[in-house]
Amino acid sequence: MVTSRDDFSIAIRSAFLKKGIKQKFSLLALIITSIILLSLEAINSKSLNFVRSAVKDVVYRTSFVASVPSNSITSVFTKVQNYFEVYEQYEIAKSKLQQLENQKNQINYLKVENDKLKKVIDDTDVYNYESVTTKVLVDKKSPFLKSVILNKGFNSGFKKGMPVLDGPYFVGRITEVNYLSSRTLLISDLNSKIPVLIEPMGYRAIMTGNGEKLALLEFLPKNHQLEAGSLVYTSGTDGIFFPGIPIGRVELTEKKFYIKFFSDLSQLYFVNVITSKPIGSE
Amino acid sequence: MFLFRKKFARRFFSLIPLFILFYLVCSETDFNFEKLSFLSFNLIYIVIFYWVLKNPDILGYGFIFLAGIVNDVIIGLPIGVSSITYLVLAGFAAYVRYLTVAPSLIYDWIVFVPSIAVTNSVYFYILRIFFDIEVNYIALALNASITILLYPIIGILFNFLSKIIIVRKNV
Repeated sequence: MVTSRDDFSIAIRSAFLKKGIKQKFSLLALIITSIILLSLEAINSKSLNFVRSAVKDVVYRTSFVASVPSNSITSVFTKVQNYFEVYEQYEIAKSKLQQLENQKNQINYLKVENDKLKKVIDDTDVYNYESVTTKVLVDKKSPFLKSVILNKGFNSGFKKGMPVLDGPYFVGRITEVNYLSSRTLLISDLNSKIPVLIEPMGYRAIMTGNGEKLALLEFLPKNHQLEAGSLVYTSGTDGIFFPGIPIGRVELTEKKFYIKFFSDLSQLYFVNVITSKPIGSE
Repeated sequence: MFLFRKKFARRFFSLIPLFILFYLVCSETDFNFEKLSFLSFNLIYIVIFYWVLKNPDILGYGFIFLAGIVNDVIIGLPIGVSSITYLVLAGFAAYVRYLTVAPSLIYDWIVFVPSIAVTNSVYFYILRIFFDIEVNYIALALNASITILLYPIIGILFNFLSKIIIVRKNV
């Protein structure tokens, strides 16, 4: 028994303390180094942030270059697939165009009417914002965390918390900014919580990512009469995001209300980052 | 010339595991499928466990540590989380290597189960308790299960590579 216990302790010691013939570091030394690095994450000093930012910029660019071969293959597959779908898409596009023509006429009428009413109430244009278009540098699929790395950072005036749009649709917010790159936390991530407005009922709620393609609607008013198909927009109550940015549509699954996003978060190539602050925020 | 070619071929084959490890952490290519999330698995864990167990000189601990750092930067995790998890897994593999007299793929596979369970627990607790980052533990558990199931298949492929490296070394 004693011998057996000795064997185990010798094996543990050998595994963690002994260096192999070609090993330069022992496992224990590297684990301690990792713990020290993890503790440094809690320290927020200017010089450390500079080093972090530089390291991240270099790693992101390396990752982008390393991903070129696999991305090229994926792109070829997508192109071939697209060619097969061209005719079908043409038919859909034709019918949609007809619908849009009709809607355009209605919108023009509403716009004129809206401008007239605005003049009456002397309202400012709250939706007038500046945005910067940027490329998605790295989109590493992770089943646990949903984020993408963007091609621009401090150099383009990006700051933490800025909203990110895919076309007109809200897809996330910036959570990390480096000099040449930044990270966007997508709305599908478990750690994403965004105040939203549900129309036409006008309900306010919190949209929480669930790590999947849908997001959960929480903190709905008591005795609400929410229906599937209602539209979800940013509410702007947090003072960070502009109000009225479309996000998705309400879906009812297993007695829970979810939001199906308008944008396909797995297909982000170019996004717009809103660099101006909403009126009324500091 | 023959000696040079022999040396080059041996070096080339022995660098393949290291190349796979760094390619997986650096590039967007991994085996986390968005549409077939139930089939996602972690090839990095298999690479680390297999090669530390079979031939630790091919996959140095320093490289495993570095791969963890790169992975953290790209995934957006606090720097050091993946390094610790990878090194814990490497620790398990090294421990088993020192204990095992007659290695076999089945035995390695059985040991891989608790190793992955502990490694993923370390990963989950560091993120959840120390950094308050929410992690989809169902996806994590599913990913671990598929990784465990695929270990023997990928292990057989690595066995071929391992044999080539040994043969080249002995030529």
